[in-house]
Amino acid sequence: MEYFLQQLINGLTLGSIYGLIAIGYTMVYGIIGMINFAHGDIFMVGSFIAMMMIVALGLTASAGLAFLLLALVLVLIVAMVFASVWGWTVERLAYRPLRGSFRLAPLITAIGMSIVLQNFVQVTQGARVKPLPPIVTGGFTLVTGVNGHNAVQISTMQIVIIVTTFLLMTGFSLLISKTRLGRSQRACEQDSKMAALLGVNVDRTISLTFVMGAALAAVAGLMFLLYYGVIDFYIGFLAGVKAFTAAVLGGIGSLPGAMLGGLLIGLIETFWSGYFSVEYKDVAAFSILVIVLIFMPSGLLGRPEVEKV
Amino acid sequence: MADPQASASSNHGAGEQVELENLRSGLSGEPPAISPRRGGAKSQLSASLVDAVVAGALAAALGFFFIGLRSDIAPGGLALTQRWGALVIAVAIVFVGRLLLNLFVYKRRRSAPPKARAPKATTSRGETYARFSKAIAPVLLLVALAFPFLMIWGAPQQSRQYIDLSILILTYVMLGWGLNIVVGLAGLLDLGYVAFYAVGAYSFALLAKYLGLGFWTCLPLAGILAACWGMILGFPVLRLRGDYLAIVTLAFGEIIRVILLNWSNFTGGPNGISGVPKPTLFGYEFKSGAGGVADLLGIHYSPIQRFIFLYYIILVLALLTNFVTLRLRRLPIGRAWEALREDEIACRSLGINTTNTKLTAFATGAMFGGFAGSFFATRQGFISPESFTFLESAIILAIVVLGGLGSQIGVVIASVVMIGGIELLRNLTFLKAIFGPDFDPTQYRMLIFGLAMVVIMVWKPRGLVSSRSPTAIYKRKTRIGADMVAQGEGH
Amino acid sequence: MSDTSHYPVWERDPVLTVEHLTMRFGGLVAVNDLSFNVGRGEITALIGPNGAGKTTVFNCVTGFYKPTEGRIVMRHGKAGKADDIAALTRGGRQSATSADGALFLLERMTDFRISHHAKVARTFQNIRLFGGMTTLENLLVAQHNRLMVASGFTIGGIFNLPGYRRAREAAMEKAIGWLRQVNLLHRADDPAADLPYGDQRRLEIARAMCTDPHLLCLDEPAAGLNPRESAELNDLLHYIRRECGTSILLIEHDMGVVMEISDHIVVLDYGVKISDGTAFEVRNDPSVIAAYLGVEDTEVEQVEAVLEAEVQA
Repeated sequence: MEYFLQQLINGLTLGSIYGLIAIGYTMVYGIIGMINFAHGDIFMVGSFIAMMMIVALGLTASAGLAFLLLALVLVLIVAMVFASVWGWTVERLAYRPLRGSFRLAPLITAIGMSIVLQNFVQVTQGARVKPLPPIVTGGFTLVTGVNGHNAVQISTMQIVIIVTTFLLMTGFSLLISKTRLGRSQRACEQDSKMAALLGVNVDRTISLTFVMGAALAAVAGLMFLLYYGVIDFYIGFLAGVKAFTAAVLGGIGSLPGAMLGGLLIGLIETFWSGYFSVEYKDVAAFSILVIVLIFMPSGLLGRPEVEKV
Repeated sequence: MADPQASASSNHGAGEQVELENLRSGLSGEPPAISPRRGGAKSQLSASLVDAVVAGALAAALGFFFIGLRSDIAPGGLALTQRWGALVIAVAIVFVGRLLLNLFVYKRRRSAPPKARAPKATTSRGETYARFSKAIAPVLLLVALAFPFLMIWGAPQQSRQYIDLSILILTYVMLGWGLNIVVGLAGLLDLGYVAFYAVGAYSFALLAKYLGLGFWTCLPLAGILAACWGMILGFPVLRLRGDYLAIVTLAFGEIIRVILLNWSNFTGGPNGISGVPKPTLFGYEFKSGAGGVADLLGIHYSPIQRFIFLYYIILVLALLTNFVTLRLRRLPIGRAWEALREDEIACRSLGINTTNTKLTAFATGAMFGGFAGSFFATRQGFISPESFTFLESAIILAIVVLGGLGSQIGVVIASVVMIGGIELLRNLTFLKAIFGPDFDPTQYRMLIFGLAMVVIMVWKPRGLVSSRSPTAIYKRKTRIGADMVAQGEGH
Repeated sequence: MSDTSHYPVWERDPVLTVEHLTMRFGGLVAVNDLSFNVGRGEITALIGPNGAGKTTVFNCVTGFYKPTEGRIVMRHGKAGKADDIAALTRGGRQSATSADGALFLLERMTDFRISHHAKVARTFQNIRLFGGMTTLENLLVAQHNRLMVASGFTIGGIFNLPGYRRAREAAMEKAIGWLRQVNLLHRADDPAADLPYGDQRRLEIARAMCTDPHLLCLDEPAAGLNPRESAELNDLLHYIRRECGTSILLIEHDMGVVMEISDHIVVLDYGVKISDGTAFEVRNDPSVIAAYLGVEDTEVEQVEAVLEAEVQA
């Protein structure tokens, strides 16, 4: 039971990170119907920016928690802003010229952009992993086990991740449901031509979608960096594929679905590693994707699609 | 006469659309952010300048952390080194490049009169193209057949390197042709093609390791096994829509790789399998001394003979793929594949069993992937899961799409450009003279590869060779323009 | 056995019988307890206001939708005694072949099997041609199943065996014959997407005919045609009925076309059949007039009452 609880906490943490990335996939898919393959790499870029900010600020665990949190907010904002610029540029260079073009073309440019981002970071920052000493330390013991066994702990970092994700998700849902931007976004999702005719600036709306997705991916990047303490130029691929899996599992196009899917994928992966085998945890995540797509193509919270004849 | 730009935009007619399209198909595909509505050369220059400044600022923001700073492992964690000089150079390059593009490429594009779109024009151009392709195919074939000897005769020093490179290119040509059946003809987006490549390679390596079978026995077996895997993986997923199919095939590709990586006591895990046997010529090995092919033919042994042999094996395999594909296209099954790409629902209304049709496409493509895989294993002599990552699938798909879906010659061109071009970067040692001795051009291979993918796709969204030739002719042969041909929208 | 010769063809010798067909989408009942017959060798029209459920009926008949309830029987030849149908319905099979012909329960079959085995072909409201393939290729794809068998499921085709060569020649001949019939032979080598709208409509019908159907289902074949093209379409449909013996079921809005060519008209409104008979009968049916002109139900009753009174008088 204690083991289960511990895995649950770990799974929720991991799932929050996946969920944040998944939102970017789901929004872009919803609005222009393409898989933004480079999104995972935007997450990686965000993570690198955060890493360099932390090193530049000289943040270490010895600083006070209050100061640390304040500094991390600064890091977060910088990472979000710069990752957004990356997201915007990728859309502008690789996707916008192909708007309304053949379906495969943006997919190929997306894969191309993914390769470009990975290799750009590899060339400029080196291929070696970047280990970062833990910054946010400490935690709470929820259940004290016997002789240190069967203890259930939640680290401060895990609390920070889960709380931040929750706050961002709430703010984000409000943004989409209440603001003008959210309305334009939903309009473009339904019918971008009609939206354009009614005066919605479709290009700008799509750009903003990419910017928002990139900003959230940067948040996930910072969380990933702080949680695992090690990043390299390749982390974007696997995290990206799993986050996409999460988006599909939740029902692509649905924001709560992306979050739910992220949490589920995180939980599945953690429990699989905890109870079965760590080696095959990716197989578990991918198998879930395959099974969901075959038996429930519209995902958990997605709209079912009716075949039009 | 008024500025055509101004008149086109005030009309809101077809002209504007054409102009927009022209802009969008620009070299880097990017119309300037600020397009001057009217005014003379002066305001255009200032607009170009502003645009270039914006681009430079953007480059500065993008490069700030990545070019301006560099993180390295230092005692007690990470340390940053500053490289502001490099950042300034990068920003300057972007600024100047953008300015030049604005002034020369986009301006010319803008002032050129909008071309009227005449679908009829494809016919006459198509006929020239058809004649051209008819003439080029035998020439290419002859060059391919004579290539190793041309190399030995023309560049004996580098002949081995070039033959090796052409083997690599031909492998990708074959993989591209195999995937072309699935993506180009049947319109099924497969992002996990490398799985079948891996199945072929591992089938051969494992059969050789455990049963001691040779290359020629294993080649057909590997193809059949890959085809079976194609069916097994294909069956549950083929009713999915395009993008979902893509992602599920990607997942399958990764699953197979992870299994190969972790099933250590059978597949060797990350260490892979080494000592995969070399192909023999009617049972004779390529080796020095008695019993080798050289000995048999009474010529002096040279390692290059083995390379030439491998070259011809892959050439024959690739040509076989091409022959079968071209043949299948003219058969009912191939026509059904293309019909499926055009409209699946119409296919079903005509009594075509779409599941079976998709499966045959999947299995046929997988089979050729399997052949190529077992060739890869015998050529390398060593395989490991490292060779079968998603990147490999992406490269093969990129070759197919960049070459032009469904086009056989397009795959050849794309393979030569992408694989050959990238490998040639290794030879650019003179760049060391410019950038210093630390400069390693090979480091930039994949970066340039990715950029090339983006640029070519934006420049030619339908690929380099995008027209389709009909499979049955009543009176005259036409080429069908790419704008008519569907890419398999799923539904 | 009572004498049935005075009954209309669709009662005496139906090729298709739809019984109690109901189709629900969630809470929406698109088609409700619909029964009608299509007579062999006749042209039957399914008409009704927009949203009446006509296309849904088509999709059920051709297997693109699985009906919620109901039975759809397709008859080849003289088969189709009530006992045989009942026996087939009780068993789990999709079809039964006897010396007289064959019976098919379409509601049990999937779309491509219906076209392949039960020989029901269809066209679509929004034309679905293979746009990137030539006109000729479109007609060859329609002969897929026969050619597949002839090509020995591709193996014989690869080696170009004589059996396949003959079948290929025959298929070409048939395609060319149909192209000539629909006046498209001069465009045989042009991509289908390049044809004007009216030509595309005719090509789609020719393509459906290349599957050798017993029943041809046309979804609004005259939509978007100009008067001359409409007239050509009439001729084509008459030709198909006369020369190929194919029964035709069509959905149409153009009353001119419907009244002129149909032997039998079924009128749908809100998924329910409101009238069924010859063109003359349907034209004078007050409930049809009400449905088309949007008269209130009470008024319909009034009209009916008046009519009944007249009949009795």
